[in-house]
Amino acid sequence: MTSQEILNVVKLLLEYLVPTLKVFGFTLLFSVPLGMVVALLKMCKFKPISYLTNIYILIMRGTPLMLQVIVAFYAVPMLKNGEGTPQFIVNLLNNIDIKDENYMFNAVLVAFVLNYAAYFAEIFRGGIESIPKGQYEAAAALSMTRTQTFFKIILPQVVKRVVPASANEVITLVKDTSLANVVAYAEITLKAKQQMQLYSSLVPLFIAGAFYFVLATVLTIVFSYVEKKLDYYK
Amino acid sequence: MAMLEVKNLRKCFGDLEVLKDISFNVEKGEVVAIIGPSGSGKSTLLRCINQLEKASDGKISVCGMDMLEDNPKGSGVVYADARLLRDIRLKIGLVFQNFNLFPHFSVLRNITEAPMIVLKKSKEEAEKTAIELLKKMGLEAKADSYPCELSGGQQQRVSIARALALSPEILFFDEPTSALDPELTGEILKVIRKLADDGMTMVIVTHEMAFARDVADKVIFMENGVIVEEGAPEQLFGNDATERTKQFLQRFSQG
Ligand SMILES: Nc1ncnc2c1ncn2[C@@H]1O[C@H](COP(=O)(O)OP(=O)(O)O)[C@@H](O)[C@H]1O
Ligand SMILES: [Mg+2]
Repeated sequence: MTSQEILNVVKLLLEYLVPTLKVFGFTLLFSVPLGMVVALLKMCKFKPISYLTNIYILIMRGTPLMLQVIVAFYAVPMLKNGEGTPQFIVNLLNNIDIKDENYMFNAVLVAFVLNYAAYFAEIFRGGIESIPKGQYEAAAALSMTRTQTFFKIILPQVVKRVVPASANEVITLVKDTSLANVVAYAEITLKAKQQMQLYSSLVPLFIAGAFYFVLATVLTIVFSYVEKKLDYYK
Repeated sequence: MAMLEVKNLRKCFGDLEVLKDISFNVEKGEVVAIIGPSGSGKSTLLRCINQLEKASDGKISVCGMDMLEDNPKGSGVVYADARLLRDIRLKIGLVFQNFNLFPHFSVLRNITEAPMIVLKKSKEEAEKTAIELLKKMGLEAKADSYPCELSGGQQQRVSIARALALSPEILFFDEPTSALDPELTGEILKVIRKLADDGMTMVIVTHEMAFARDVADKVIFMENGVIVEEGAPEQLFGNDATERTKQFLQRFSQG
């Protein structure tokens, strides 16, 4: 490839960094709070809720994200035309327009959010359960309500404990966004593959790799800074 | 009026009856020491009074407010409504064996947090009280430190200040020196003695017999979930004590 061609590929991939970051950003935005909710549901004392939540987590963590993306994408059209689909589900699905320009992104996002929420939930649950009982009792003895105890006493300590494990997930997520190309969502990996075919050259793939590498490295630096910031107490 | 009334209190963990028919009173300004071998139910008793465990039977009232009563319609107990339980809880403070300070808060914030979010005090007011309490504890220089930077004795003094910041009527201590190195217990006992001199009503579970004898107005000896003997320190630590109390104290002084 000529240097001009390489420059063109870089420019093109830079453009498709936006959809990549869109999946990354929105997945984080929704899966972190959802993960916290799922963690609390799994710790729910009412057993049926805890079991159901656990089944969800097991499925999300036990099957490939790529498969989940494919399912999320094809579920709506398949179920709409499926023979045995109950009418109320068909009615519900009829509200979803698969020709909508955002449909693909939304389907990808649903799969990513549900998948990552399950991983975050397990991390958060571990963090919450690692807080000694004495912290709850001290707060109770000081007449704090359960909500105050959770938000003022427990959660800040949980945050510190889950940052290292969450950092790993976030860095994995950057790279996992490439899985969206399986339903032809136009992001860096998909475009790099097309450019590779166009130029019969591996260079576009290496450029895409460099993009992911830079993103992952930046995140690594950010998280080690955050960990240091949180290191003011043991 | 008794500050604390415990009547026929019973507590079971499943089939294990940990407290059997416990009754005692604490008067205003009184310092009560609870002694007894480990496993005798001393912590459970304090935890029932502080609403950290649910009692199985009996009656507890604090400052004339009934916290729980025997169910008039059958077995078990009925607790007061949430509002009254909260008012009762605000009347009492608890100091733990392991301090249980909030590690993510500075010393000052450990003390100001509850007054601010529970009593809705202003930050200035809460900090003013906190600084005064820290001075009393000899820790004003540590206001901005974090618990992990303090010795065990200092942490325990902070936790006492934290409990006092809510101005409780009765302060409970569950073995406040048991997690400390022997050379650090003295500073905690000194603080508790000072509180006693100030007229604070206190219930102290302790293995420091000399201290109990010295500071307490009343000593309760518990074993296997029952109060074996209760009385003035001169009685329990003297020759007229029951055989069982003597045995315990003797074994205790032998280490
Ligand atoms: N949460 C609990 N569940 C079951 N048994 C308990 C629990 N807490 C305490 N016990 C039991 O109750 C008994 C009294 O314990 P505790 O009140 O801690 O005694 P002490 O403080 O006098 O050493 C012990 O036999 C202990 O094992
Ligand atoms: Mg105990």
